[in-house]
Amino acid sequence: MHAESEIRIPLILGDKSYRQITDDIIAPIEGKAAKGWYTLITVCALCFLWGIGCLAYTIGVGIGSWGSNNGVDWAWDITNFVWWIGIGHAGTLISAVLLLFRQKWRMAINRSAEAMTIFAVLCAAIFVTLHTGRPWLDYMLFPLPNQFGSLWPNFNSPLLWDVFAVSTYATVSIVFWYIGLIPDFGMIRDRVIKPWQKKLYGTLSFGWGGSARHWSRFEEVSLVLAGLSTPLVFSVHSIVSFDFATSIVPGWHTTIFPPYFVAGAVFSGFAMVLTLMLVVRKIYKLEAYVTIKHVEYMNIVIIVTGSIVGVAYLTELFVSWYSGVEWEQYAFLNRATGPLAWSYWIMMGCNVVSPQLFWFKKIRTSIVATFILSIVVNIGMWFERFVIIVTTLCRTFLPSSWNTYAPSFIDVGIFVGTIGMFGTFFLLFSRYFPVIAQAELKTILKSSGQSQKEASKNHH
Amino acid sequence: MATNKHIIHGVFGDEVPLMEACKKLRASGIRIKDVYSPMPIHGIDGVIGVPRTRIAICAFIYGLTGCGLATLMMWYMMISDWPNDIGGKPNWEYYFNVPAFIPITFEATVFCAAHGMALTYFLRCWLIPGAKAKNPDPRTTDDKFLIYLELNDEQKVKAEVILKDNHAEEINHKGSYVVEPKYTLEETH
Repeated sequence: MHAESEIRIPLILGDKSYRQITDDIIAPIEGKAAKGWYTLITVCALCFLWGIGCLAYTIGVGIGSWGSNNGVDWAWDITNFVWWIGIGHAGTLISAVLLLFRQKWRMAINRSAEAMTIFAVLCAAIFVTLHTGRPWLDYMLFPLPNQFGSLWPNFNSPLLWDVFAVSTYATVSIVFWYIGLIPDFGMIRDRVIKPWQKKLYGTLSFGWGGSARHWSRFEEVSLVLAGLSTPLVFSVHSIVSFDFATSIVPGWHTTIFPPYFVAGAVFSGFAMVLTLMLVVRKIYKLEAYVTIKHVEYMNIVIIVTGSIVGVAYLTELFVSWYSGVEWEQYAFLNRATGPLAWSYWIMMGCNVVSPQLFWFKKIRTSIVATFILSIVVNIGMWFERFVIIVTTLCRTFLPSSWNTYAPSFIDVGIFVGTIGMFGTFFLLFSRYFPVIAQAELKTILKSSGQSQKEASKNHH
Repeated sequence: MATNKHIIHGVFGDEVPLMEACKKLRASGIRIKDVYSPMPIHGIDGVIGVPRTRIAICAFIYGLTGCGLATLMMWYMMISDWPNDIGGKPNWEYYFNVPAFIPITFEATVFCAAHGMALTYFLRCWLIPGAKAKNPDPRTTDDKFLIYLELNDEQKVKAEVILKDNHAEEINHKGSYVVEPKYTLEETH
């Protein structure tokens, strides 16, 4: 057993045993769902359905049904793509980077954070497949023999890098998540009584038995996958930022983009994890596992990444002035004072000012304040992408094409639909899947459980 | 002469006494077939003699394969089969274009390493949809720890004493089978 300093705050509160961890994690699966769950899933499913309608309309009529126009050809759709894929990044960061750093507090949140990653990447995938205009021809993104068209895809283009990055990211995240789920499905299979549940979880558990050999391989696979996912997660958002940075559009053509996008992604992702976890811990009564300390740790990550994002905004402003390039200077002046200045100041307020409130211990340990600020951060991060894309394209090189932008009913519908889909999938996950990696959690019970820590203190 | 093999489950409520029992069993020359636990027990591999897994080496090989395949693919499509001058960036030599190929080479490396390793893991542990549950006692995924032993008459007596002395909660006899001599020779360690 691993000894731990007494002054470290316990990560599992109360007097828990291995059995109780099992009982607490399986409770939502064995028991009846709370009323709130049914309400939430109904709302989400309705939004999802509306989204499907708008999606079908787009496919039927074409992307002329969107608000995009001649100058602003990337708008709402790509904003949403970047926003969703950014949200996904926190899940991988929690499960991979924090695993490499041996942060025990990740164990209470990694499962839901990874689920969030996968659902967010699915939402992002909807937008990229649609934005091509003719989604039924999307197979041409893959390197197929050129009899299909006239040429091979262009491997010099960051847009093609994105195809590879996002598909690698999505599939590796799913595998990483599922390998971690198998032992917990095994636990559920051995506990549930209803025959259909036994059958379902028996299939999902792949026959897991928990033998020492399998655990040894499991740990090695988790470690190596974490090692692979860590550079992967950084590469994905770097490549997303290359979509902009390698263009020659003023306001996009900056070398600061990759680190700035990655920090922003982690920032918004942690905010989304907080939004979800604060609801999950309440509905499923997991306060003993997702403690105030966990919330505080996540808020600290938000301060760090939020401050990186803030510094990046200011650096961008300074460099655009210092560069002496008129077009670059105008692009930033236009963002801050042009027709869409309101979106710039929402972004500044939500992303630069609001995370700084977490310097106050009272605020970062308050559930209500955290919940509100986590939503504020995500609104801010959505506007960041909107500002980068739309305000820039409103004022292109040719003043005769200067334009403004407003989303159409269909644009909004698809976005609301993805939020609905995300919510529906997450609610289903939280009801039928183990929301906390209970097998991993059991390994830290003795070193980080409250009663176990107190017992060892009295023992000395 | 044919010998009896007895299947014994030593069930524990905690991993610390189980580790002690494993050490004592091994010291008295008894081979531990396997240990089943609800979570990984750190340090048990050395105690019960599980060799270090080589799955990470597989991942490295799969990664190299992915890296090589991606390089070959991009060389063929961009340089060899149909070289093009796109946006003033010609594709006449792999050497000059390699910076643009690095992202996809990296992604393909990760893709092959991760999925290859995951498949190897599933097959090596025989974790496949519909496989039968491998734990001999369903409580081992909850809060029980189990030592799985297959012993002859003489070892059985010794093992029972050791298990009892190390606070095994239960010692379950799960039947026995007869082993013909030619197999016992292979079984001895």
